[in-house]
Amino acid sequence: MNRQETTATARIRVDQKLIADMVTPGSRLLDVGCGDGVLLDLLVREREVDGRGIELSQEGVNTCVARGLAVVQGDAETDLHNYPDDAFDFALLSQTLPAIFDVKGVLSELLRIGRCAVVSFPNFGYWRVRTDLLFRGRSPISENLPNAWYESPNIRFFTLTDFMDLLDELDLTAQQIITIDRRGQARSQREIGHWTNLLTEQAIFLIGRS
Amino acid sequence: MTKQDPDGAQNAGDAIAVEPAVTDLPGHRLVLGDADPLQLASGQMLGPFTVAYQTYGTLNEDKSNAILVCHALTGDQYVAETHPITGKDGWWGSIVGSGRTIDTDTHFIICINVLGGCMGTAGPKDIDPRTGDPFGLNFPVVTIADMVAVQKRVIEHLGITKLFAVIGGSMGAMQVLEWASRYPEMVFCAIPIAGAARHSAQNIAFHEVGRQAIMADPNWCGGAYYGEDVDPERGLAVARMAAHITYLSDSALHRKFGRNLQDRQEITFGFDADFQIESYLRHQGRSFVERFDANSYLYITRAMDYFDLAAEHEGQLPAAFEGSPVRFCLVSFTSDWLFPTAESRQIVHALNAVAASVSFVEIETDSGHDAFLLEEPEFFRILSGFLRGAADQYARTTIETNE
Repeated sequence: MNRQETTATARIRVDQKLIADMVTPGSRLLDVGCGDGVLLDLLVREREVDGRGIELSQEGVNTCVARGLAVVQGDAETDLHNYPDDAFDFALLSQTLPAIFDVKGVLSELLRIGRCAVVSFPNFGYWRVRTDLLFRGRSPISENLPNAWYESPNIRFFTLTDFMDLLDELDLTAQQIITIDRRGQARSQREIGHWTNLLTEQAIFLIGRS
Repeated sequence: MTKQDPDGAQNAGDAIAVEPAVTDLPGHRLVLGDADPLQLASGQMLGPFTVAYQTYGTLNEDKSNAILVCHALTGDQYVAETHPITGKDGWWGSIVGSGRTIDTDTHFIICINVLGGCMGTAGPKDIDPRTGDPFGLNFPVVTIADMVAVQKRVIEHLGITKLFAVIGGSMGAMQVLEWASRYPEMVFCAIPIAGAARHSAQNIAFHEVGRQAIMADPNWCGGAYYGEDVDPERGLAVARMAAHITYLSDSALHRKFGRNLQDRQEITFGFDADFQIESYLRHQGRSFVERFDANSYLYITRAMDYFDLAAEHEGQLPAAFEGSPVRFCLVSFTSDWLFPTAESRQIVHALNAVAASVSFVEIETDSGHDAFLLEEPEFFRILSGFLRGAADQYARTTIETNE
């Protein structure tokens, strides 16, 4: 038990810690695509949220429930419509957006069932991704993007700037933007300039309703 | 479905009293509904009547460690001990026991023989004091809600205001859902396994086949067979055989029996049990009639058929769980075609629609509906985890309440 907990703690990534800091303690939260539940577990234990999860893979769901988390098997694209308006304070989409087909639909569902959405994703505008394509002529593989192109669940390849444009188009405001660079250094940003897009490996957005 | 008397509750004098026919089975007995008869969904009043139940473990001082196990159609209260009639292990001994997933060292386990049953709780083989004969088909038709209403009275009698968990598979899952829907303030977490919010047309059809097999047996005598030398054993055995097939799966049958022959090298060109599967089913039928009453089988299958939780809420299943504080954990099994995953998923969607706390897992197995009774390590692992998480949460809420 103890050993399991230590492993779990060790596996918590910097972006997950930052998300935990963004979430109000004791709030109601839905983690969409909660995987094996490491982040949800952290939020329930340390931020004492009333946390729920939805996960596509049965293996992930089983691991979550065995951890004592309230998680159901389901698909972000088809099953969010079951939840009522304002059911949660936070709807979380951690590292799942690149695997979503209907990006606009899912974002609007997140902001319907949650008063705000927390969305984190890897930045395809990061310089190493660009140099992989430019000089190696190959799709990037990194710690953040560990899968070969033919195995990756990701079907959307977008940059920080792309995402800002989408928020504009949807008339949504980012209440908070945190960028994380290669060394895990986090910075709060107001706007995304060319350099930020180039140097950011991953980003976390807190998005409110328009 | 409830037929309310327009003039309000009938007085106690009209209530149907039930005298127990079975008195020699081990376990607890409680007489209910003497001063305060129970109004059944049919509108009839019942009382006084006897309830038989078993408990394992010790109820703690603040009575916060109780788990109610709801048994299935042909189950009974002997969850975790040698069965007094068959001499076999308890039907859920693999889950309930000292140091097991449902741990009798830390929790107080209660299992109550359902209303309409034949193991000590009031049912059709009991005596109608008005005639001095067994009720037979004169016993009132009961529903899942009636069974749960009886269980609630037993729980209150034990001085328990809140059950830590209510758990059950199949018809037990129906009772769990009824509990969570009707008495949410008395349930901390609800674990319906391999269940459904309503009995499907296909399942009603299978039950009807079983009932017709019983009724077609000349020894059934319109349900009044108790005084006779013979029981409708053949009919009940056929009902059990047909039902047993629905509890398994094609691949499990193939894995266990294939086309293997029973104690012979070649087919006999006759109607003996040539195949192992035939011999197995015949054995299942034979052993079932030793411990089960044919009329109880009619009544309990009927109760399952009538179960439709949404119908009690104008067809809206989410309304059954509106504002529910209960933490749900639903479990289904991939090869279960009697209560398939889609049935559990429908409940999950209804629970999501009211933003209830819900966990839902589907377990990969080829054992069919019966999987909930078998050694399924993944199922045990998940159930343990859920119960552990719920216990932590429960301890926290209990402390907050006390503060």
